[in-house]
Amino acid sequence: MSITTSRSDDNAELTIRIKGRFDFSSHQEFRDAYENPEGPFEQYKIDMTETTYLDSSALGMLLLLRDYAGGDNAKICITNCNNDVRKILTISNFEQLFVIQ
Amino acid sequence: MKQSLDSEMASSVLGSQKTLKILIADDNQSDRMILQNIVKKQGHDTATAVDGVDAIEKFSEFRPDIVLLDALMPRMDGFEAARKIKLLAGEDLIPIIFLTSLSDAESLAKCLEAGGDDFLSKPYNRIILQAKINAFNRMRIMHKTLLRQRDQIAEHNDHMVREQQVAKTVFDNVAHVGCLGANNIKHLLSPLAVFNGDVLLACQKPSGGMHVLLGDFTGHGLPAAIGAMPLAEIFYGMTSKGYALGDILREVNQKLRKILPVGFFCCACMAELNFEQEEIEIWIGGLPDCYLVQGDQLIKVASNRLPLGILKGEAFDARTYRFEMKHGDRVYLWSDGIVEATNAKGEMFGEQRLQQVFNANLRELNLFEKIRRSVVDFMGEGGPSDDLTLVELTMMPVKELGIENNYLTNTGLKGPQHWRMAYELCSDSLAVFDPVPLLLQIAMEVPGLRTRNGEMFTILSELYTNALEHGVLGLHSKLKGSPDGFAEYYRLREERIRRLDGHFVKVDVRHKGAVAGGVLTIRVEDSGKGFDYQKLDGKLPGPTCYSGRGTALLLSMCSRVEYFGQGNIVEVDYEWQA
Repeated sequence: MSITTSRSDDNAELTIRIKGRFDFSSHQEFRDAYENPEGPFEQYKIDMTETTYLDSSALGMLLLLRDYAGGDNAKICITNCNNDVRKILTISNFEQLFVIQ
Repeated sequence: MKQSLDSEMASSVLGSQKTLKILIADDNQSDRMILQNIVKKQGHDTATAVDGVDAIEKFSEFRPDIVLLDALMPRMDGFEAARKIKLLAGEDLIPIIFLTSLSDAESLAKCLEAGGDDFLSKPYNRIILQAKINAFNRMRIMHKTLLRQRDQIAEHNDHMVREQQVAKTVFDNVAHVGCLGANNIKHLLSPLAVFNGDVLLACQKPSGGMHVLLGDFTGHGLPAAIGAMPLAEIFYGMTSKGYALGDILREVNQKLRKILPVGFFCCACMAELNFEQEEIEIWIGGLPDCYLVQGDQLIKVASNRLPLGILKGEAFDARTYRFEMKHGDRVYLWSDGIVEATNAKGEMFGEQRLQQVFNANLRELNLFEKIRRSVVDFMGEGGPSDDLTLVELTMMPVKELGIENNYLTNTGLKGPQHWRMAYELCSDSLAVFDPVPLLLQIAMEVPGLRTRNGEMFTILSELYTNALEHGVLGLHSKLKGSPDGFAEYYRLREERIRRLDGHFVKVDVRHKGAVAGGVLTIRVEDSGKGFDYQKLDGKLPGPTCYSGRGTALLLSMCSRVEYFGQGNIVEVDYEWQA
C-alpha cells in the first residue's frame, strides 16, 4: 500500500495514485496526500490503476476528501478502477458523488 | 512492577551489572570451581550441582535465572537435564548454556536441539562467558516484558469484552423492543453484531404493517455502535407513531449526518411490509442488492441510493421500490459479510455463488438455512461464521405473525372526551407532507382509543389516501390489477403529485364521549371530481370497483360510511366501547 501524488502543469489538478489495498491502514497517508500545502486544488483525480481492493473505511476517506475539496462543489474524479473496486463503489452508489471513469 | 523491569532492562542494556542467580552443573570439580570463581567475581550468586539429577533438584530449590550445564555427566546427562529443566521452568525463560569440550558441529547442534540456548567450549574464556550471561539476561528481561504485556493485553481484552456486554445490554434495551420474533422474520446476526456495525430492527406499524431496517455502519467497535442508538430510537419512535418509511429515513439520515463525523455512514435497507395489501416497499442504499423470491421468480432489487448519513437533508433521496408480494413470497437482505465471506484460499463467496444457491433452491421452504449452510461450508473450518448477517422476510396473513399489537392500554389517564378539529392541507404540501401521523397523535389523546391504534391508523390513512390518490390525483385503483399497471399507477402518482395548484384535502374530526366508550366521526373532503357513489349502495364493492379494498376495509370497521357531494366528501363513524 503506497500513495503518491503529482500536480498538473497549471497547478489546477492534484492526482493521487493508490497502490495495493486501500483501507484504514492508509488513512494518514491518504490524508497527507490531499492536505497538500500547495493546495487546495480545483480538481482532484484519484488514480486507481494499481488499487487492488477498497473497503468501507476507504469510502469514508473519499468522503473526507470530498468534504475537504468543497463538499457538493468538489470536483473529484476516480479513474481506472478494476472490477472489484468498481463494484464496491457501485454498491455504495458513489457515482452520485464522484465522477467515476 | 513495570518500573523495576524497565530499569532492569536499561541497566542490563548498558552492561551495568545486576546480580543474577546462576546454577552451575558440572561433574568435574575443578571445572566447577573455575566457573564459580569467574561468575562470582562478576557479582552473581551461584549454586552448584554435580550431575543431571542434582541439577534438577538444585534448580527447584535455588530457582536460578540462568543455568550453565555440562553436556556429559553421570546419572543423567545434560541433554536430559535440559529437557526437564525447561519443563519445570514453564512459561519463564531460563536460558541454558551448555558447557562442552566437544567441538564437532553435530555435538554442538545436539546441545541446542535438547533445548539449550547456547554453548560454551572449554577452556572457558571469562570475557565470552560474561558477554553471554549479559546477552541472555537481556533476552530474559525481554521475555518477562513480553509475558507482562501479554497478560496486560488479555486483561484489557477481558475488560473490553465486559464493557461491550454492558453496552450491548443497553443497546438491546433500546433496540429490541421490536418484533424480530414475528413468524415472518428469520435472521442470523452475531450476538455482538452491533460492534461490527450491523443492526437489525423490526417494528409493527399502528396499521398492522411492519417496518424492518438492516443497517451496516462503517467501521467497528464503539463508533459503529454509537450511531446505532439514535437510529433505533428514531426507527421505533416514528414507526409506532405511524410515520411513513420515507419520513423515517429522512429523519435518520439527517440525525446521522449531524452526529457522525465525515467519512462515517450507515449502509442500510429498509422495508415496509403491508400484509393487508400484500405489498412491499423497499429503500436500499449502500448495502448489496437484495433478492425478492416471488413463486419461482427471482428478482434482484438493486442498491440505488447513497448510504444514510452522507447527503444533506434536501439532497437525500427517499424514493423506494414497490412490489406485490403474495403470501409465501420472500425477501432476503444481507450486509456485505455474506458476499465477502472468505475461504482458506482467500476467495470470496461472491454474488455469483449466492445467486446459484437461490436458483437451485427457489422452491425450498428452508432456503434461508440453505444460504447459511453454503456460506459456512464455503468458509470451511474456522471461518468467522458469527459475523454473518442475513434476514428473510415472508409475506403472510397478519394473524399468522404470532405477535400482539402491544400498544398502550388504557392507563386510566383522563384525556379529552369531547372535541373537534379541522385540518386542511393545500397545493404542494400534499406532495411533501403526510398528515396521518399527526391526526393519529391527536386522536390518541383519548385514552380509550389508544388500544385501537391500528384500526384508527387504517381508517385515517385509507380515507386520506383515497382523497389524495383517487380524488385529487384522479388515479384508478384498477390500474393496480397487473404488475405493469401497478408500476404505472405509482409512476403516474409521482408525476401528478408535482402539479397540485389549487388542490386541497380537508379533514374534520369530532369525538363524543359516552359512559363507557365514544364515537369518532371523521369527514374528509377533497378537491377532486368525486365519483358516482350511488352505485355503491351500501354494498361491499367488488374487486374491480372504483375504490376497492380500501372502502371494504372502512365498511368493516366503521358503523357508518357515507358519501356526499360529488362523492368527493366522505364521512365515517367509528364507535368504540371501553
